[in-house]
Amino acid sequence: MTGIGRRLRRRPPKYSAAALAWRGMRGDYWPRVWRDTELKSSYDAVVVGGGVHGLATAYYLARNHGITNVAVVDKAYLGSGASGRNTAIVRANYLTPEGVAFYDRSLQLYNSMALDLNINVMMSERGHLTLAHNDSSLRTMNWRAEVNKLQGVNSSVIGPDEIKKIAPALDTSSHPRYPILGALYHPPGGIVRHDAVVWGYARAADYMGVEMHQKTEVLDILCEGGNGPDGKGPGGKVVGVRTNRGDISTPVVVNCTAGWAGLISAMAGVRLPITTHPLQAAVTEPVKVFLPTVVVSGSLHVYISQTDRGELVFGAAVDPVATYSIRGSLEFTEELAGHVLELMPGISRMRLLRQWSGLCDMTPDYSPVMGFTPVDGFLVDVGWGTYGFKAAPVSGEQMAEAVATGRTPKLIAPFALSRFDSGELVGEKGAASVGH
Amino acid sequence: MLLVPCPNCGPRNSADLRYGGESHARPDPATATPQQWRGYLYLRDNPAGWLRETWYCRSGCRRWFTLERNTATNEFRTPPMPGDKRGGKA
Repeated sequence: MTGIGRRLRRRPPKYSAAALAWRGMRGDYWPRVWRDTELKSSYDAVVVGGGVHGLATAYYLARNHGITNVAVVDKAYLGSGASGRNTAIVRANYLTPEGVAFYDRSLQLYNSMALDLNINVMMSERGHLTLAHNDSSLRTMNWRAEVNKLQGVNSSVIGPDEIKKIAPALDTSSHPRYPILGALYHPPGGIVRHDAVVWGYARAADYMGVEMHQKTEVLDILCEGGNGPDGKGPGGKVVGVRTNRGDISTPVVVNCTAGWAGLISAMAGVRLPITTHPLQAAVTEPVKVFLPTVVVSGSLHVYISQTDRGELVFGAAVDPVATYSIRGSLEFTEELAGHVLELMPGISRMRLLRQWSGLCDMTPDYSPVMGFTPVDGFLVDVGWGTYGFKAAPVSGEQMAEAVATGRTPKLIAPFALSRFDSGELVGEKGAASVGH
Repeated sequence: MLLVPCPNCGPRNSADLRYGGESHARPDPATATPQQWRGYLYLRDNPAGWLRETWYCRSGCRRWFTLERNTATNEFRTPPMPGDKRGGKA
C-alpha cells in the first residue's frame, strides 16, 4: 500500500480540487464521511439532537477541550430538523449588546468555517437589508445601527435611493401600501449552505472520535437525588440516558434539540419557558440571479434571498398556534405571495416549487436558553426560535466550554435559564425575526 | 388551516380567532410566592399531545373560551361549556 493510501484510511480524505481530480481519474468511491458504530454503554457526555447545535457542541468538545468520548444521538438522521429547514441566513445586527456580541462571534466562526472544517459551506457574505416601512421601525433600525456600531459590527441606516442601487428589483417608490422608507444595511450578513455545515461538523467530529448515532431516540433521562419522581428534578443529577437502542451511563447530557426541547427537558424534570410553533418557508423555480442581498421586511413578515442556483427562498413568521404538526397551509402561501409582490412586483409570474415547515421553540423574550439547569449534569442549548442556524457555531463553542469547565462562559451568561427567575430578560423581539 | 369549534359560533377558521396559549389556573394573589408567579408567567408544559388552551373568537362572539387540542395532530375535543373564562378552572 502506498503512503497516500495508508493516510487516506486513517483520516478523512481532504476535500480539494486535487483530491477530486485524483479520485475522478482513479474512479474511486468517496468513503463514508462518518462511521456507523455500535452504541457503547458509557460516554463522558451525551448530546441529544444531531443538528448543527448538537454537532457543533460535540465538535468543539473534542477540538477545544479534548473530550472525545462523546455520543451525539438523534431520533432521525443528522440535520433532519431545523438545521435542514431554515433559510440559511446569517447576520449579527441584533438589538441588545448581549445579542450583538454573541451573534458577531458566530459570524466570525462561519467566516473561517470552510478552512476549519475543510468543507465548502458556500458562505456568501452578500449583505443584509432590513426594510423599514414606517417611522417607528425606522427608529428601531437607527437604534440597532448605533448598538451595532458600538460593538464594532458594520451596520448603517440607508435611504430608498441607496436601497434601489443595492437591490434594483425592490419597489422603492411611494406607490405600495407600505412604501420602503429606509433600511438597516448590514454588509457582513449573508447566506450559508446549511447542509454542508451539518456534514462538516459531523465529519470533523467523527475524525476526532465523537460517535454519531442516528435513529437513536431518547426515551428517558436517568437521574438520581432530585426532589421529583424517579430522582428527577431540581437538586438531582444525571446518571444516564435510556434510548431505543439501550441504556447509556453518562454524567453529562446536553439537550440540543429544537421542537422537542421541552419534552427532552421534562425527562430530567426541568420545565422550560418554551412553546413549539411551526415556521413555514417556500422556494421558487430558479431564475437568473437578480437579487444580490438578503432582504427582510418585518412589517410584511417575510425574508427573501436568492440562492446561487437562482431560486428565491422565502421565509415567514412563525405560525400563531403552538403545534408539533408541520403541515403547510394555503393561508401562508397566499399571504407570502402578496407580501413578496408588494416588495418586488416584477416577479409576479414566478412559480413556487415547494413549501415546507420546521419547528421553532419560542421563548418569551425571543432569546435562547443556554447553560446549566437545576439538575446537575443536564445542560440545555434550546429555545432557538427562528434564529438557531446563525448561532450554531458560537453556541457549540460556548456549550462545549460550559461542559468542559463546569462554569458558564461570559458570552452565554445572559441567556441562562435562571434569567426567568431574576427577571433579567434579553428582549430581542424587535430584531430576532419578522412580524412577531 | 385549523377548524376551531367555537362554542358559540360553531367551526371557524383559526385565522378568525386569536390563540391564547396554554391554560393554567392563576395562582392566588394573596398567597402566591414570586416563584409561583414566574412559573405561571413563563413556564409551559408544551406537550406533544392533548393540551388545554384558550382561544378568543375575535371576529365572531368575541369571547374567550377553553378547548382541548392534540398538538401532534391538531384535532380538537371536549366541546367546552359556554362562559368558560380564560385561565379558569375546568
